Amino acid sequence: MKFTLSWLKEHLDTKASLEQICDALTITGLEVEGIEDPAQTFAPYVIGEVLEASPHPDADKLQVLNVDTGKGCVQVVCGAPNARKGLKGVFAPVGTYVSGIDLTLKKAKIRGVESFGMMCSERELELSQEHDGIIDLDTDAKPGTPYAQVAGLDDPTIEIAITPNRPDALGVRGIARDLVAAGLGTLKKDPLTKTKGKGECPIKIELDNGDQCPVFAGRLITGIKNGPSPDWLQQRLKAVGLRPINALVDMTNYISYDRGRPLHVYDADKLKGPVRARAGRDGEQFLALDGETYKVDERMCVIADDSGVLGLGGIMGGEDSGCTADTTSVFIESAWFDPINTAMTGRRLNLMSDARYRFERGVDPSSVEDGLHLATKMALGLCGGEPSKIEIAGAAPLRDLTIELEAKKQFKRLTGASLSENKIEKILQDLGFKVKTKGAVLTVKVPEWRPDVHGAADLVEEVVRIYGVDNIDTTPLPALSGVAKPVLTIRQKRVSRSRRLLAGRGFVEAVTYSFIQRPHAKLFGGGLACIELANPISSDMSSMRPGLMPGLLGAIKRNRARGVMDAALFEVGQSYRGDQPDDQYVSACGIRFGHNALSGAGRHWSGNTNSVDLFEVKADCLALLCQLGVDTSKVQISRDAPDWYHPGRSGVIRLGPKIILGYFGELHPGVLGKMSVAGAVAGFELLIDDLPVPKRKGVSHTRKALKITDLQQVKRDFAFLVDIDTPANEVVRAAQSADKKFIQAVNVFDCFEGEALGADKKSLAIEVTLLPIDETLTDKQIDEVASKVIAAVSKATGGEIRG
Amino acid sequence: MSEIKQLETQILAAIKASDELAGLEEIRVSALGKKGSVSALMKGLGKLPANERASFGQQVNGVKQALNQALGDKKAALADRALAARLASESADVTLPVRPGPLAEGRIHPISQVMDEINEIFADMGFDIAEGPDIEDDFHNFTALNIPAEHPARQEQDTFYFPKRADGSSLVLRTHTSPVQIRTMASRQPPIRIIAPGRVYRIDSDQTHTPMFHQVEGLVIDEQTHMGHLKWVLDEFLKAFFEVDNVQMRFRANHFPFTEPSMEVDVRYKRVGDEVRIGEGDEWMEILGCGMVHPNVLKAVGYDPDKLQGFAFGVGIDRLAMLKYGAPDLRDFFAADMRWLKHYGFGVLDVPTLAGGLGS
Repeated sequence: MKFTLSWLKEHLDTKASLEQICDALTITGLEVEGIEDPAQTFAPYVIGEVLEASPHPDADKLQVLNVDTGKGCVQVVCGAPNARKGLKGVFAPVGTYVSGIDLTLKKAKIRGVESFGMMCSERELELSQEHDGIIDLDTDAKPGTPYAQVAGLDDPTIEIAITPNRPDALGVRGIARDLVAAGLGTLKKDPLTKTKGKGECPIKIELDNGDQCPVFAGRLITGIKNGPSPDWLQQRLKAVGLRPINALVDMTNYISYDRGRPLHVYDADKLKGPVRARAGRDGEQFLALDGETYKVDERMCVIADDSGVLGLGGIMGGEDSGCTADTTSVFIESAWFDPINTAMTGRRLNLMSDARYRFERGVDPSSVEDGLHLATKMALGLCGGEPSKIEIAGAAPLRDLTIELEAKKQFKRLTGASLSENKIEKILQDLGFKVKTKGAVLTVKVPEWRPDVHGAADLVEEVVRIYGVDNIDTTPLPALSGVAKPVLTIRQKRVSRSRRLLAGRGFVEAVTYSFIQRPHAKLFGGGLACIELANPISSDMSSMRPGLMPGLLGAIKRNRARGVMDAALFEVGQSYRGDQPDDQYVSACGIRFGHNALSGAGRHWSGNTNSVDLFEVKADCLALLCQLGVDTSKVQISRDAPDWYHPGRSGVIRLGPKIILGYFGELHPGVLGKMSVAGAVAGFELLIDDLPVPKRKGVSHTRKALKITDLQQVKRDFAFLVDIDTPANEVVRAAQSADKKFIQAVNVFDCFEGEALGADKKSLAIEVTLLPIDETLTDKQIDEVASKVIAAVSKATGGEIRG
Repeated sequence: MSEIKQLETQILAAIKASDELAGLEEIRVSALGKKGSVSALMKGLGKLPANERASFGQQVNGVKQALNQALGDKKAALADRALAARLASESADVTLPVRPGPLAEGRIHPISQVMDEINEIFADMGFDIAEGPDIEDDFHNFTALNIPAEHPARQEQDTFYFPKRADGSSLVLRTHTSPVQIRTMASRQPPIRIIAPGRVYRIDSDQTHTPMFHQVEGLVIDEQTHMGHLKWVLDEFLKAFFEVDNVQMRFRANHFPFTEPSMEVDVRYKRVGDEVRIGEGDEWMEILGCGMVHPNVLKAVGYDPDKLQGFAFGVGIDRLAMLKYGAPDLRDFFAADMRWLKHYGFGVLDVPTLAGGLGS
């Protein structure tokens, strides 16, 4: 919403400065978004009077002027043909930035004659394209008078943001009312006068669509003389960004901005029969004032006569029935249209107008008749003519709302601050509420222009916004405990720990979009129709991600394109298996690509890092599990990882047969190819939501007592020849369980395949650590355990001990 | 000079002249070994008259001692020399670079870091951390928050929708973290103090807008919390977060459907180069929206607005990160460009704590 300072002052009697007014508007909720002050733009320009004009000694087309600038006389070299003695024009002194020629004036020597400034043309001031000569003013203003003042350009334009709850501020008078309440002045008396008119209005009004247009008032004015509107009106409309058309149309626009009351004017000679508000009919269309043709339907409220649709109620009138400079009879419409229907119609047709903007927010329904009187008075003033009596169909949908408010108590309850009933009453009255006070209770009549006010809380809001939140004292929130209690849930802690752990293993955290392209979602088990956006920003961001892997792979591709070839990325966040809250799950995903390992990346004099492989990320994944409180000795590894992993070089981490904790492995080259990701990639996903929750053992943090002995542990090595498909962990598990008493640890220290062993065999070598309990192990005891290990492994895997 | 002394002098000279451990050992054997020259002297002991034996024996033992001492010293000196030679041969180019190690490589994303900072501050004021789903229904994202069906915020230009379901309704990507208010209030009884950080989605894309961004919602509901408390919480939060002694806030009346009164809060700031200094200067910057929870919202979750009241606020997490740590373009937050992540990211050990300070 735009208005000018002088326009505001037609309603507001104030001594406040522009700055004070703007600050008050911003604080009370009409945020100032911009101030355009032409007086600032034109500040350096003053009236200059040419006292003498003599030919330049060295140039035919130039003159040397002696200009009175109000601050003394200066010499100016000028090329304008109309420069002459006695001319009053616009002088720009040295140092002025002249926007029309994009130049800051300096003292100059033009063909040997010094020049101290410039007499300007309209083009140089960007006022018009006029450049045939310098500005020649017919004015009494003395030299040195600011040009902006002389030209009437000293009226700043203010633009404010309108929140959807404040339709009353879509008129200058409504804005003035807020400023009065804020203590910046008094509201001037409404100049509204009522014109009775002569004779019945010959144009009848019919309402077929009472829900969408409950009231419609109109009157005919005959014998008018339309034409361009006067300068003051044109200037105001231009200042707020409107194009002057003709006096009648400009009058409706003016009242729309002045009072937030949209009107429409019809050329009465072009109307056929009564004017009616009715539902549109399929197949109907009309040419609107914006030059476009719109098709209407039965959901829309149209204004029509016997010839068909004239316009869309509350949105835009038609070209054919509009007022032109030749119009001699005008029918003025002042009606009220349903906000929701107006909004829906405008949206369906993608048609915005000042009228729609106001009606969809809620125009004061009590202003139907007053608006018509305002328009009558203005039309008669601009165009003359003879008005008929007013014709009204329907009745205004007044709310007639009264609210009882325990003002002081409610204000205190919501703000913690104290304000007397008198002050509360004053604020509400200034805002146009009618207040009766009886004891502590205020009976408040809500003005019809405030459709946003429904109850006591709304009234308190009004008082708070005028009183100023800055004036409310801060109050500490009572502490719940001396030392703050921990608040994170186990999952929140795990998410946070995952990030720190993975960053500690050299991964760099990425945050990628929750939506990815559908083909990629499908590659990772996603692409469900129910989590496909109906209105994505682009097809690359249309599917809710089924996991974190595709987003990170996309990141690899982009990073590789920039030459980052060996790195590790991770993300911890939400993904989606469906559209229900429980379908959202949190996982941690890490990837290593190129030559990257815990120890470092790429080439190094001390030894190059190998291409990433599954064991590197298996280590990452298990380290993470361990740090999240899962006993990794209890998990099983199976080979059935999802399709996006290399089928032979990936694994699933399980806890029992049913619970899957995560996946790891090298990525499937086919999937990488479909995503255009080059090079080796290995990664893991850990399903944080599915990790077992540790049982809380009471509140004790005490750990189990530690039993240790000074006796030396003993290590024995065994090498087994097993079938090539035998999983190493079966050998380990068998060895581990061979003797629960002494065997402390089993470590695989060698694994090799070779022709010497046979094509279907491999050798696995384990180191078994035995821990004595009460006394040093005897050779006999050690041999016994060794036999048990060999027997157990042999039984479990068929493996033979190698000699 | 006695024969013994002469022998001693001779052997000591040989020890001194010896240049390697093997030679030294030969000298030791030839002097002190079973058949050595000094040992041979002792064999002559028996032939001496009884009264000379003691002094002779003493003399020989003295020689033995002196020789052992000299041998030991020489051996140590040779070992030292050998070690020195070995060490010299082992010298390396100590200027060769080492690998920086994983702690130096890893980074935490600024959004995670800032979330940790926010959690730390609000946990200290007794706030829990609540969560909710990204895919929301109409009720939680709009209706319960007093946003009527025809409100502009519900129109397609702002909100991501999912396909229409059998009942004609559509799920949405939540446009704010406010639905977590509803879920929290519906699932427990006051007093409530929560913050709800998370991802939110709006159809928007430019330097300061991305279709996904992060917000943190705050909610306090009980029987007496008022706007004075709201101001205090925001003031404490902003001071703690920006790590300054003073933050000057300006409250502008505004309108949000789910709060009443509603305010936008500006903070005073000054721009120095790329840096934004909060609490200084004379410009105002909008930083958050807040207000007292609307009675209709309380009613929507079955609370009695005559008994219960409280406040809510919402802040952009990405925006806070941009202001505090100076990343200029929001789109970069989600581009996963390794160079950006390394530059704006945080080290593993930069864990924000109130005791140790939040910022790194």
